[in-house]
Amino acid sequence: MPTYRPGPVSLIIAAFVALFLLMPLLAVIPVSLTPSRMLAMPSGELSLRHYRALIEDPRWLQSILLSIRIGIVSSAFSTVLALCFSLGVWMFQPRFTAALVGFVLLPMVVPPVVSAITLYFLLTSISGFSSFFGYDTWLGVAMAHAVMTVPFATVLILVSLSQLDRRIDLAARGLGATVWERATRVIMPNIKFGIITAALLSFVLSWEEIGVTLFITSVNAITLPRLMWMGLRDNIDPAIAALSVILIIITVLVLAVRSFVARQRGGH
Amino acid sequence: MRSYLSDRMGAALLMAPLLLFLVVAYAWPFLGVVKWSFTLPTPGLGQYEALLTDDLVQSVFIRTLRIAAVVTVVSVAAAYAITVVWVRGTPAQRLIAEFCILVPFWISVLTRAFGWVALLSNRGLINTWLQAIGFTSEPLALVRNEFGVIVGMTHFLIPFAVFPLASAMRSLDDRVLLAARGLGSSRMRTFWTVFVPMTRSGIIGAAMIVFVFSLGFFVTPAILGGGRSVMIAELIYLRIFQSPDWGLGAAISVVLVLFVGALMALLFRYVRPKQLI
Repeated sequence: MPTYRPGPVSLIIAAFVALFLLMPLLAVIPVSLTPSRMLAMPSGELSLRHYRALIEDPRWLQSILLSIRIGIVSSAFSTVLALCFSLGVWMFQPRFTAALVGFVLLPMVVPPVVSAITLYFLLTSISGFSSFFGYDTWLGVAMAHAVMTVPFATVLILVSLSQLDRRIDLAARGLGATVWERATRVIMPNIKFGIITAALLSFVLSWEEIGVTLFITSVNAITLPRLMWMGLRDNIDPAIAALSVILIIITVLVLAVRSFVARQRGGH
Repeated sequence: MRSYLSDRMGAALLMAPLLLFLVVAYAWPFLGVVKWSFTLPTPGLGQYEALLTDDLVQSVFIRTLRIAAVVTVVSVAAAYAITVVWVRGTPAQRLIAEFCILVPFWISVLTRAFGWVALLSNRGLINTWLQAIGFTSEPLALVRNEFGVIVGMTHFLIPFAVFPLASAMRSLDDRVLLAARGLGSSRMRTFWTVFVPMTRSGIIGAAMIVFVFSLGFFVTPAILGGGRSVMIAELIYLRIFQSPDWGLGAAISVVLVLFVGALMALLFRYVRPKQLI
């Protein structure tokens, strides 16, 4: 069957858009190789000093480790909560499901800055009682990130549940399985890719989170994006260019692997 | 038959932790913010009155709406162009388009904003080249102004506009387009009178998403605007952390939520949520 393909004019305009989309990602490469201490284009010689700075300056390493720790804790927390909630929705189909799911999705649709001021209120209130859990603590940041990522985890798990055949659960139920057995031995093995994806996405979202983090940290809980922000606002530090190049390479590799795996499994 | 009661219990037990967590960690503190807007610094409607009278707040609101409108038009148009190729191109074209859409989408907002700083700043790529070829002797002011903010936000939001457009274009029946061509309509005419009108729901969805996102955008305007082109979100941040005026910051947040809520309600009257993904 013939298909309707884009013509030359569409292709030229799309090429410009593609160039626009890639331009800032390519621009950081030459900047990361500048020998200068300030943000500038290298003129002649190249240097890897900014890559070395990433390893040698303990601040970068500390913030990377902190971001990983916060990412793991908040992702585990939000995935478990999202999983229980989604199982409840799918197995029992309670009344008001739409309203309850809508409530859970709020942090995803409310403008991030409003969520940020909300979580700032929460954490400063908690700080009144506790010094290790609240404003500017890593546990506080992990909890705030869990609030922000839990809607995404819920959506992913609900979507993979919606593709599951209800009859296998009915069969298990008919054979006398308890709710616990149905959930852990029948349903969860069938949606494990959805659960893993939810956990990974929660981690990535927490790892890059900056809008909320800016409101709830000051000097102690400096995550990697927070440190980048500080380097971007004042004197622009070319070490950020080196870091950006590394992050871009990781992203491209992960996407390449993912699309390769998808092709192998025959999906789209 | 299992009792109705135990089903209710099971559902409640499984759904309760997340609902409880969000009530305590999200709904309750939001009410706290609402309370701030009515009580700080003095109880009453003073903060909301200030929203209507304060020149600074007014100019920030107007600038935000203006930037959001420009960004919406430019990003939806740009997204449309690349989505056409992503959905209807040859396999090779599709792969390239997908790469150009998904790689920026997954890269953090900070890295992307930084990339634009590297391109647009006085000692950045574009100014270095322009001066090298003798186009200009003084660097052009491309960043730390509204232009830089619009460029950066457009770049960030194009992938978000792509998804609803792609879903609209995928559901479009090829035979209609081929019929138009077969009846003698030119490529251009088929595109403008058949293809575009049939993807209307995608265009509305994409425009709404981009517009709503732009209203609450914080990071990109703060970095590329350099404090000179402040938008609503940055104003909230400044009211909380620089000139401690929590009441005003809270009042602006409440207004922003109401405004975005109204826009979403409007959106869902025209587009079903499923068409947005």
